[in-house]
Amino acid sequence: MTQNLRVKSSEFIDETNRISFKFDGKTYYGFKGDTLASALIANNVHLVGRSFKYHRPRGIMTSGSEEPNAIVQVNPNSNITEPNARATEIEIYEGLEASSQNCWPSVNFDIGGINNFLAPLFPAGFYYKTFMWPKSFWEKYEFFIRHSAGLGKSPNARDPDIYDHRNIHCDVLVVGAGISGILAAKNAAKNNFKTLLLDEKNELGGSTIFEENENNKINHNSASEWLKKEINELKNIKNLEIKTRTSVAAYHQYNYLLARENLTDHLVKKDKKNKIRQRLLKIRAKKVILATGALERPLIFNNNDRPGIMLSSAIKKYSNFYGVACGTKNIFFTNNDSAYESALSLHNKGIKVEAIIDIRENSDAKIIKKINDAGIKIYWSHTIVDTRGYKRLSGVSIMKLSNDGTSVTGSKISISCNCLGIAGGWTPAVHLYTQSGSKLTFDEERKIFIPKADTKEQISVGSCGGDFELDEIITNLNYKLKNFLNINKTDFEGIALENDHETSRRNIWLLPSDQTIGKTKPFVDYQNDATAKDIKLALREGFRSIEHVKRYTTTGMGTDQGKLGNMHALGIIADIAGVKMGELGTTTFRPPYTPLTFGTIVGRNVGEFFDTFRRTPMNDWHINNKAEFENVGQWKRSWYYPKEDETMHQAVQRESKAARMSAGILDASTLGKIDIQGSDASEFLNRVYTNAWSKLAIGKCRYGLMLNEDGMVYDDGVTTRLDENHYIMTTTTGGAANVLGKLEDYLQTEWPELDVYLTSVTDHFATASLCGPNSKKILNKIIPDLDLSDVNFPHMSFKEVLIDKIKCRIMRISFTGELSYEINAPASYGEAIWQKCIEAGKEFNITPYGTETMHLLRAEKGFIIVGQDTDGTMTPIDLQMDWIVSKKKYDFIGKRSLYRSDTMKEDRKQLIGLLTEDPNIVLEEGAQIVSELNQKPVEMLGHVTSSYFSPNLNKSIALAVVKGGKNMMGRKLFVPMENKNISVTVANTVFYDEKNERLNA
Amino acid sequence: MFLINCPYCGERDQQEFKAGGEAHIERPKQPTELSDDEWAEYLFMRKNIKGVQFERWNHAHGCRKWFNMARDTSNDEIKAIYKMGEKPPTQ
Ligand SMILES: [Zn+2]
Repeated sequence: MTQNLRVKSSEFIDETNRISFKFDGKTYYGFKGDTLASALIANNVHLVGRSFKYHRPRGIMTSGSEEPNAIVQVNPNSNITEPNARATEIEIYEGLEASSQNCWPSVNFDIGGINNFLAPLFPAGFYYKTFMWPKSFWEKYEFFIRHSAGLGKSPNARDPDIYDHRNIHCDVLVVGAGISGILAAKNAAKNNFKTLLLDEKNELGGSTIFEENENNKINHNSASEWLKKEINELKNIKNLEIKTRTSVAAYHQYNYLLARENLTDHLVKKDKKNKIRQRLLKIRAKKVILATGALERPLIFNNNDRPGIMLSSAIKKYSNFYGVACGTKNIFFTNNDSAYESALSLHNKGIKVEAIIDIRENSDAKIIKKINDAGIKIYWSHTIVDTRGYKRLSGVSIMKLSNDGTSVTGSKISISCNCLGIAGGWTPAVHLYTQSGSKLTFDEERKIFIPKADTKEQISVGSCGGDFELDEIITNLNYKLKNFLNINKTDFEGIALENDHETSRRNIWLLPSDQTIGKTKPFVDYQNDATAKDIKLALREGFRSIEHVKRYTTTGMGTDQGKLGNMHALGIIADIAGVKMGELGTTTFRPPYTPLTFGTIVGRNVGEFFDTFRRTPMNDWHINNKAEFENVGQWKRSWYYPKEDETMHQAVQRESKAARMSAGILDASTLGKIDIQGSDASEFLNRVYTNAWSKLAIGKCRYGLMLNEDGMVYDDGVTTRLDENHYIMTTTTGGAANVLGKLEDYLQTEWPELDVYLTSVTDHFATASLCGPNSKKILNKIIPDLDLSDVNFPHMSFKEVLIDKIKCRIMRISFTGELSYEINAPASYGEAIWQKCIEAGKEFNITPYGTETMHLLRAEKGFIIVGQDTDGTMTPIDLQMDWIVSKKKYDFIGKRSLYRSDTMKEDRKQLIGLLTEDPNIVLEEGAQIVSELNQKPVEMLGHVTSSYFSPNLNKSIALAVVKGGKNMMGRKLFVPMENKNISVTVANTVFYDEKNERLNA
Repeated sequence: MFLINCPYCGERDQQEFKAGGEAHIERPKQPTELSDDEWAEYLFMRKNIKGVQFERWNHAHGCRKWFNMARDTSNDEIKAIYKMGEKPPTQ
């Protein structure tokens, strides 16, 4: 395959390094240094995709990250394919494969293309209007939409690449390495500021580096040659770090910026291996210099979207930088002088320029003479009224503009061409500036939004600051840098500058056609297929806010965020609404500036590292004994221990029986433990728990319920008085951190006068919970010296003991209703103590059990689990736990809320027990409860919160919350399921051993 | 992402901190004396203003101390940071 449009050799392209790549299945060749876009254009391929809504053929428009059309699927046949990559940014490498998007079945024959002819049916707000009604049609629409629209396809395998994050702190961050950025970074670094210079491209120098306009001179040299020397000097400057292929995605408050550094995307497969693909730089800079440049604007005219229609500046870059001609017969269409530079670049390389169409009446710029000398025809005061060619531009029709610019006159002239460069002026790239929270101001004269003010921490230089011409760029840069960095002199102060000046301006946001607007397609947002007609329709339908118009027409809502057409959208709205653009404001540019991959965002936090997880000291034993684990907060807790080929159900039934018949053992190390000390510790507990604490004797334990200030149950657990001014509080596993935070909050902000100190000791102790009628015998084997009699060591009391010289705390407390001891050992001895219990318990068939059995056993006893039986809307009264709420205490957290009219209502949801009519049916947790089956709509009375098959009772049991449930004892209710209605009876929440006799068995 | 000057530790990244809602709302000393409306005022009603707002912040992944911040919600400018118990700045 020849690259028949490669017209000049370029210093930026390595012609000795030929590279083959595939696009839409066909093999092409390019050179090292090409982007996919430049290589395709060199092969005369312009048609690279279809538009989103109308499926119109679309070509490459730009040469940078603002590209709206040429978004492609990379590695389309791989399960790690990547969608929405911009062909203008992909550097080609041997073996690269890419394909068009939005085409079904192919870019050359696309079924959705019919939408183009159905366009009258797809006006602004089409999706909102159509798919709302009738509802049943949605399925039909959906099939069509899913097949024909969408931006590319997502990968369906795990991303195999490595991503990384790096924190950077620097004195000065310079974003953009065009001429302004390079001079700024160089001078900052030379003045001992630790400086970081970033650019999204792979080479430094911005657009100046390929400038061929002989009228632009620095120190009597061509601007590009001068800049190359400056770039060369950067190598020797200390304090300066330069990163190319690095795009700043977000600019947050206080100079915190996120940038994506692309490290391997341009490498061949074997060189990518084992390397970090992309790195997210998290930068906190003392000062930020924005030198992000400007984006060229298109012109908005009828059918301005055909393949072959490109930005004039892009044509110049392809010709000067890549040595590629975008067409063999070129036309330029402009409202300013810059298109003449592009035209001259082509002409000087022997590429035919048919004509320049200029909407202005004339221009005095020096370059006009050169165009005249070259014999290129200029049509002043003319506009394009239509274009031709379906898959490639074949010609344009032009007419004379009326004086006011709203209509066309005279006869139509037709010119054939296969490439059209459009030049609508320049928009400062203020996206990052506005993300930082800084405000813009509108320059009515030049029709641009520019930064309102520089600050001590941030300046905008070069064209992103509104300076477009070389002399004003350099002069203002010098002035701003000296102030910003507080330096006396820059190294470029006083250099000789020569350049052209813009002499005349004319701006028309929407160019007229000889056809009525209804018959034209002047695209404002190429990627989302929004036309000026759509914007007009939105205004006619009453939309006024720019943010509303944007959403209704989808203008600026694509992956390119409408970088090209946003200004025109604003301009058209302002014209129609009759307001000034400055008053209209602009839309918000949101991060990221260019899309990021998920991989970059999550960095190393994938797989095992996605979240921290915590394991108990007995974890190895659990693994060796084939435990299945469940996640509880960050903890990995033993869930159950299946034997041989037991199912979960079988294992849990066996474990539950064993714990009540003989002995069970549970790893309870994950319970939150807070050490509380200080002379006001008792008073503090009085204030945070609902029950009374002052009279708890040393060595005794008490269950406590903690509320939020709104009266709702927040956490629960047993707290033990170790000494006069020393308690150890246990919390739920998931609530530990929050409880500590809440207690600290009250201590620091509400009760700073209390002498109380809190320390989290969750990780310091391992807890083995022995349970069952034989637990006393087992403990006796371990600590023969300890008197375990009910008199010496009763239920709800504590002993400090030595087990093999290890100091342990033993609490006789129970969450199962059985005789039970919790042994707390220093964490590092946890496994040894656990092992000792297992050994001692062997003769009693001690059975390790996990969280599932624990849940089942406590449900048999009607003990709640905060977060399962409660959901932040349950008071202790709702839970039928009135007994734990002190009537005597003057105050505690949440007390007042228990007397609010709402919390005192009789028909609140209350915790009850449920028994199924058929004892073998186990209800589903979350199932709804009703009292009537034939009523429609039926009132949902509540739902099932806990449900199990109890092996000890040999029937199904459940806890539920039901409106007014307290007064429904014995009543028959229903749990309607998909295929059946289950009859249930309201019962006591305590299903097993109601008299608590087993605690002392 | 703010840069917050913890009064105990100095400047730290926002991700070390936890926001704790409106500042200077004192828990009533005698809740039982309050009517439902008065209690609800304390419990539920919070300001959400455009402009300078007084907020509680906690250096959760640092010294764990609570402190107050005066922040302009319109531009996220932190106007002042002061300790618990101190009066809000008047300017
Ligand atoms: Zn701190």
